[in-house]
Amino acid sequence: MPSALSRRPLSVSAPAATSQRSAKDLQLGETGTICCLQDPEMALKLLEMGCVPGVRVRLSGRAPFGDPLMLVLGDEEYTLSLRKSEAATILLKD
Amino acid sequence: MAVTVSPSRPHDTITGTPETGSQLTRIALIGNPNSGKTSLFNQLTGLNQKVGNFPGVTVDRKSGFAQLSSTRRAEIVDLPGTYSLYPKSLDEKVITDLLYDRGSAGYPDFVVVTVDASNLRRSLLLFSQLADLELPAILALNMTDVAERHGISIDIQALEQELGVPIVPMNARKGIGVAALKIVMAERLATHPVRFWEPNDELLPLVRQIRYYFNLHNDYLALHYAQQYRSISFLSVDDRQHIAELVAQSGFDATAWQAAETIARYQRINEVLLEAVTVTRTEKREPISNRIDKVLTHRVGGYAIFLGILFLLFQTIFAWAQYPMDLIDQGISALSELIQSSFAGPLVRLLTEGVLAGLGGVLIFIPQIALLFAFLAVLEETGYMARVTFLMDKLMRPFGLSGKSVVPLISGLACAVPAIMGARTIESWKDRMITIFVTPLMSCSARIPVYTVLVALVVPDRAVWGFLNLRGVALMGLYLLGVVAALGSAWVLKTLLKARERSYFIMEFPVYKWPRWKNVGITIWQKVSAFVWQAGKVIVAISILLWVLASYGPGQRQDAAEARVRAAAPAVATAVPDTTASQELERRVASVRLENSYAGLFGRGIEPVIRPLGFDWKIGIALLTSFAAREVFVGTISTIYSVGQDADLGTVQEKLRAEKDADGQLFFTPARAFSLLVFYVFAMQCMSTLAVTYRETKSWKWPLGQLVYMTGLAYVAALVVFQVLK
Repeated sequence: MPSALSRRPLSVSAPAATSQRSAKDLQLGETGTICCLQDPEMALKLLEMGCVPGVRVRLSGRAPFGDPLMLVLGDEEYTLSLRKSEAATILLKD
Repeated sequence: MAVTVSPSRPHDTITGTPETGSQLTRIALIGNPNSGKTSLFNQLTGLNQKVGNFPGVTVDRKSGFAQLSSTRRAEIVDLPGTYSLYPKSLDEKVITDLLYDRGSAGYPDFVVVTVDASNLRRSLLLFSQLADLELPAILALNMTDVAERHGISIDIQALEQELGVPIVPMNARKGIGVAALKIVMAERLATHPVRFWEPNDELLPLVRQIRYYFNLHNDYLALHYAQQYRSISFLSVDDRQHIAELVAQSGFDATAWQAAETIARYQRINEVLLEAVTVTRTEKREPISNRIDKVLTHRVGGYAIFLGILFLLFQTIFAWAQYPMDLIDQGISALSELIQSSFAGPLVRLLTEGVLAGLGGVLIFIPQIALLFAFLAVLEETGYMARVTFLMDKLMRPFGLSGKSVVPLISGLACAVPAIMGARTIESWKDRMITIFVTPLMSCSARIPVYTVLVALVVPDRAVWGFLNLRGVALMGLYLLGVVAALGSAWVLKTLLKARERSYFIMEFPVYKWPRWKNVGITIWQKVSAFVWQAGKVIVAISILLWVLASYGPGQRQDAAEARVRAAAPAVATAVPDTTASQELERRVASVRLENSYAGLFGRGIEPVIRPLGFDWKIGIALLTSFAAREVFVGTISTIYSVGQDADLGTVQEKLRAEKDADGQLFFTPARAFSLLVFYVFAMQCMSTLAVTYRETKSWKWPLGQLVYMTGLAYVAALVVFQVLK
């Protein structure tokens, strides 16, 4: 029964055309709102860590060589540290 | 925030008879990393802990006993920190293996879920998954003080109503609320939480097939079987095959469903929080932690501080540890002399030259191990370790390592065994293998005695630039050599290995905290006692074995050699005792006896191989015995050289300094000492490390690779050093 299960039940992925800004493009101190997560596998990890679509993220710091990044999440003010390549999968709302 | 445990609410009784005074309650502690789980575990069990293994895997199983009330004791199992029941690392798999198998021996009666009150939304994700597995639970609402500072107020009663479990607000670090939690645990008030989410109609055909096939108690557990059948260890090959077929038939998209489930859970959690939590932002100012981070992760200041901390670490374990170490060394010498001057006979020699010498070699370590683990524990406790990871990631990546490799590598400075086990937090297979492979090149504390003895022997005790000690500088050089070797080897491995899966770096930054000295103390106590009882036994046993090997030889070989020496000696030496000539004779006798002992024959056998490195047969003996553990080196040379010399047993260094070569010159020249030092920096001389590498990699390929590679590297490097310096 090749059925409904194979269909994506709820999309966290981005629409096809992506010239969208991602969390890695934030300026220091700038805040954005998560729109969607681009990479399905990475998305699972990000979701567990609290990067849910609709949550606000603020770039609060960069490591000395520009990577990894420090992102402050939501109003709860907890900080994640993640690589630039990982932040690039977090797309922001315009 | 009201502190209530709402006694009015009717709680379901949980499995098991209520008056089981004889039957021990088993409780599992589970929660996010940094949710204060370890603090709570320490508060509940104190020093009543033991570290074992989960069956079948090598993840530490920390358990302990807690006296909950005057009549009730419970076994508490501390599970690894996790964000969800979908494991992303080896550590986390332990949790699913334990909680998915109701029949397993270690299955808990109920769980205590530690939740960070200042970060409820994310913490409740894990709780909601546990709720849907229908595990009876108590919620330990931790860090209420932080939440309060953030202007978060939680209506405990409303939250209890929403979640359906008793909630105990607490501050585990300070011990506040622990007494209340104990009461709730003792009364077995744990209840089945309200369900959060259930597999929907689309999933049900697949889920039900699995559920009925395995006779599971609920649909959600069946869904986890579908998601994770590859990694659930208690499933048989046939079972996995069966699930694989069912999953393939239904076209189940595991990743998409997992994402959907997580999002649905957050939606439900948001509703719960709307009922129970109000946030009143007091003022919009930057948290202190962020301001500290501006300094500690600064592009210049951050590294300067990290280097400063490393330097402090070396000064601590070299300079400060020296005082208690000298005391132990002198104490053992004094005791040995006392025994030798009071009694006589072969048993006395066994006691002083065998047992006491070995015991000294164990005890002398304690100050350094304690200080080092105190240091690492403080760095971990304060949250600084996470910043080190952040600072170092970009720098480590060219070598095929990640920022997460830094902590195992730095722990490798203490001991490669726990460090290699610590590499388990690295999710990526490739990063993890590289980290495990190169960690033993970091100079562990077992090398410290070797370094200390030899450096003190050939490097003058002089100040440089007014404040640095030349010996300290030499020691730091040896450590740096190990670091360079580790990084270089990692780089080579990076090019040889192929990645199996992608690597994640993402992690939470814990808020800076003052270290809890109780936690630091427990860490020190655990490490020191593990060393004394595990490594110590081997060291003392080998010391005794060595004494036997060095004191006895095959057949009449020793006696014959002694007779030859005595016959050739001038008459003066044999006629009058206590003259220079007679003492010289006695020394020669002891020396030929050692040469003709089992140990001597052993060392002689390998001498041709190690002669180019500047080593003689006595060092050959020490190199071989070091294989049990490097620190045995000191015990060995101490034993060997006390056999060859006067009975007035000095410290190890005095014995080494008294050692002369064939021409009567000092044997331990700088060339020899440095060659030996470099050999010890690189060589793989630790059975325990090889064993733990095997356990962690599940393959003999890795430990054998370490053995051949490191020993080869050591041989070549020592050869170069000796030939250049001599």
